[in-house]
Amino acid sequence: MERQDLLNFSIPQLLRWRVGQSPDRPALREKDFGIWHTYTWQEYYTHVEKTAMGLKAIGLRKGDTIAIISDNIPELLFVAIGAHAIGAISAGIYQTSMPAEIAQIIQTLKVSAVFCDNQEQVDKILDIRDDIPMVKKVIFEDPRGMRSYYSDDWFTDICQLYQLGEARLQKDPDLFETLVDQGAPDDVCHLCLTSGTTGLPKGTMMTHRNYINMGVRITEVDPLDPTDEYVSFLPFAWIGEQMNSFGVAMATGICINFPESVETAMADLKEIGPHFMFGAPRIYETIRSQIWLKIDQSYWLNKLMYNTFIKIGLEAARFRMAGTPMPAWLKIKAWLGKQILFRPLVNQIGLLRLRRAYTGGAALGPELFTFYQAIGVNLKQIYGQTEITGIAYMHRDGDVRPDTVGKPLPGTECRISEQGEILSRSLSVSPGYFELPEKSEALLEGGWLHSGDAGFIDDTGHLVVIDRVSDVMHTAKGEMFSPMFLENALKFSPYIKEAVIYGDKEDFVACLVNIDPVVVGKWAENRGLSYTTYMDLSAKKEVAELIMEEIIGINTRAEKKHFKIHRFALLYKLLDMDDGELTKTGKIRRQFVQKRYQNLYDALYNPSVTQQEVTASFTYQDGQTATVNTRIQFYTVKGH
Amino acid sequence: MAELTISDVTLSFGGLKALSDVDMTIEPGLITSIIGPNGAGKTSMLNCISGFYHPTEGTILYKGKQLTQASPHQVSNMGIARAFQNLELFSGLSVLDNLLLARHQNLTYSFFHAMIFVGKAARIEAENRAYVEDVIDFMELEPFRKSLVGNLSYGIQKKVEVARALTLAPDILLLDEPMAGMNIEEKEDIVRFVMDIQKERNITVVLVEHDLGVVMDISDRIYVLDFGEVIGAGTPEEVAQNPAVIDAYIGED
Repeated sequence: MERQDLLNFSIPQLLRWRVGQSPDRPALREKDFGIWHTYTWQEYYTHVEKTAMGLKAIGLRKGDTIAIISDNIPELLFVAIGAHAIGAISAGIYQTSMPAEIAQIIQTLKVSAVFCDNQEQVDKILDIRDDIPMVKKVIFEDPRGMRSYYSDDWFTDICQLYQLGEARLQKDPDLFETLVDQGAPDDVCHLCLTSGTTGLPKGTMMTHRNYINMGVRITEVDPLDPTDEYVSFLPFAWIGEQMNSFGVAMATGICINFPESVETAMADLKEIGPHFMFGAPRIYETIRSQIWLKIDQSYWLNKLMYNTFIKIGLEAARFRMAGTPMPAWLKIKAWLGKQILFRPLVNQIGLLRLRRAYTGGAALGPELFTFYQAIGVNLKQIYGQTEITGIAYMHRDGDVRPDTVGKPLPGTECRISEQGEILSRSLSVSPGYFELPEKSEALLEGGWLHSGDAGFIDDTGHLVVIDRVSDVMHTAKGEMFSPMFLENALKFSPYIKEAVIYGDKEDFVACLVNIDPVVVGKWAENRGLSYTTYMDLSAKKEVAELIMEEIIGINTRAEKKHFKIHRFALLYKLLDMDDGELTKTGKIRRQFVQKRYQNLYDALYNPSVTQQEVTASFTYQDGQTATVNTRIQFYTVKGH
Repeated sequence: MAELTISDVTLSFGGLKALSDVDMTIEPGLITSIIGPNGAGKTSMLNCISGFYHPTEGTILYKGKQLTQASPHQVSNMGIARAFQNLELFSGLSVLDNLLLARHQNLTYSFFHAMIFVGKAARIEAENRAYVEDVIDFMELEPFRKSLVGNLSYGIQKKVEVARALTLAPDILLLDEPMAGMNIEEKEDIVRFVMDIQKERNITVVLVEHDLGVVMDISDRIYVLDFGEVIGAGTPEEVAQNPAVIDAYIGED
């Protein structure tokens, strides 16, 4: 069968086809009680079968929606694909969502059942029970702490669901196959929440073909073998995880590995040694910070080796990324560096078998690309929206350019509108938003997907993304700049965790900086600077001087004069999802942050202010809040 | 029948009476707390139960058997495990090794079996590892399985200490101030574990704790000690209204 033919399947049909191809190969693996347990494709199918029949037994019908709030576990896929098999629709909700937010999503998406992994999530659902009368059943996986819920028949244990399903199968053995046969590739199978840097989340309707097309197309460029391994650690509610578990895995037959817990994901990754990985920039920033920190704590010989070879590696990476041949002497040195230092180093993180690493969801600083290419990790940018199943543009091997997002995937057309907006068209484009016909129409106007991003196609055919059309800023003199671009330049400093750039309709660019608590904490320790909290550390004069040096360095490298940062302040708290300052995927909610820190903004643009009393407020994950009074300093960058 | 019956226990060190005529009954399946000001004899009471001290007078009966003169290892083999206030772990060993070590009385194979390590020895080792993994899962210690105990934070070490006691598969768990030195979040965490230990693993819990709020919230029965004597006993509500207890805690005007 041709790969193209896969596009005529629904996801459950493709799963059935996979079972026919290789029933005994591992499809899923989960670490539990310290051991990796395997599900073969056959077992995967059997579990989906009984889950599907169980869902049918509890009253889920064709077109109904089941919400999934869970860490990544195999049962999550059983429930999702089981729902697809009976014509129902799955929807992912972030595990970090607050109860009120969950209630709103459940109401908007008209959810009729919820799957939770543990008590934490079940308790949230219980909190909002009165607001969600449409939810008929809550299914949970981990019975821990649920003792008092068994008497309430609103709740069902997944084992009970399996039993219901098996009973149904015995009564009507052909029902499942019949239902699977009824599925069509253009049916909507999943509602994916868009991350929503502004306003309320929307449910993007995704079809079977959206996912499968994406999986088929990406592996046309970067082939995967059925023996390849993938580690599932991204939140399932994000398109990035669905495209791998629904799209890529089904299209190629790779094995998906589920970590033991969220905290152990990095250690489990090392045990599996995946062949490809996908993540938001934050993951790559974190790994790089860890490498730097460990090297910094190491003894002199290691440091010497690292400092020598990283320079050679970076130089070689520049040649490699530009596609120009390297001088022979550099080639030899780079090979030495790879054998002596980088291979063992990359092995320590668990990425030695990795053929490709993809970053997407937000822009990654150019320096990070060079860094990863230098240590021998083939990190590539991908670009796309939820509405086009996550990926539509990608770097090709040997043609990685940090300032671009690569070329369109096969089967993807790209066009730039007159306003400079990026438009795309492919089989992976979603049919629209759930019950929002006007928004859907605007999204798909003229048959093209409107991304909302400004960009252009350069001479080599690479797509360059500038920023959100709505985010691009202009100084008072009308010079254009992209805040995200400047923020990424700042974030490349190991000491800076997050930054917010201002300057729209102002005379100069200013920023709020979040120092990195781990790296700056270590830095302070080494200098005998004592501190108590993050707030205290941020207020240290020495820390401000350190950041000042970093910003001066960035200013000297700035491509245009109006990119230079003139004033800054160190924010007393980390920007946080719980405070609503970041989206669930870690992007800054610009308008919200601007409003929340309006007083700091005013002070940044009033050069006479050097310090100010502020009241800091925090929201904890359980919704409690706290306030603290503190003093914040404002600094004008020297030599400007 | 009461799980543990303590009758007229007196413990003297020379002329100093750490405990005098203490009577307590620990009912199966409940959380029983012992509270009292510093030096009231709470830890002495646990030491008497776990065999570190032997009462000068009185008896301790466990499921009808005499515990009064039993040594600590006999007590632990009978199904009474203890988590210490001051951590008693091997800081140079990993969490896993610390927990496996607590299973040593279950390692019944001979030296020669161990040399060949097939059949019985391998099977027993696997069974014990499975049990330990169950406890690791229960106490949510997965991220620290291979970490050296000495490198872990105090809050985590406390959890390991409780896990080590659980690894003995006890019927009664004695917890000596499991929440001392913890922040609110860590305390809430431990409270949840204590309740789960009682409800899901059906273990009788004896809790010595300073934090009155926690004790009042989760205990089924409370004993209040002051200067080695029981000055109040009963449900949390009864104890909270007992004038002698209020005096001991708040003091007289």
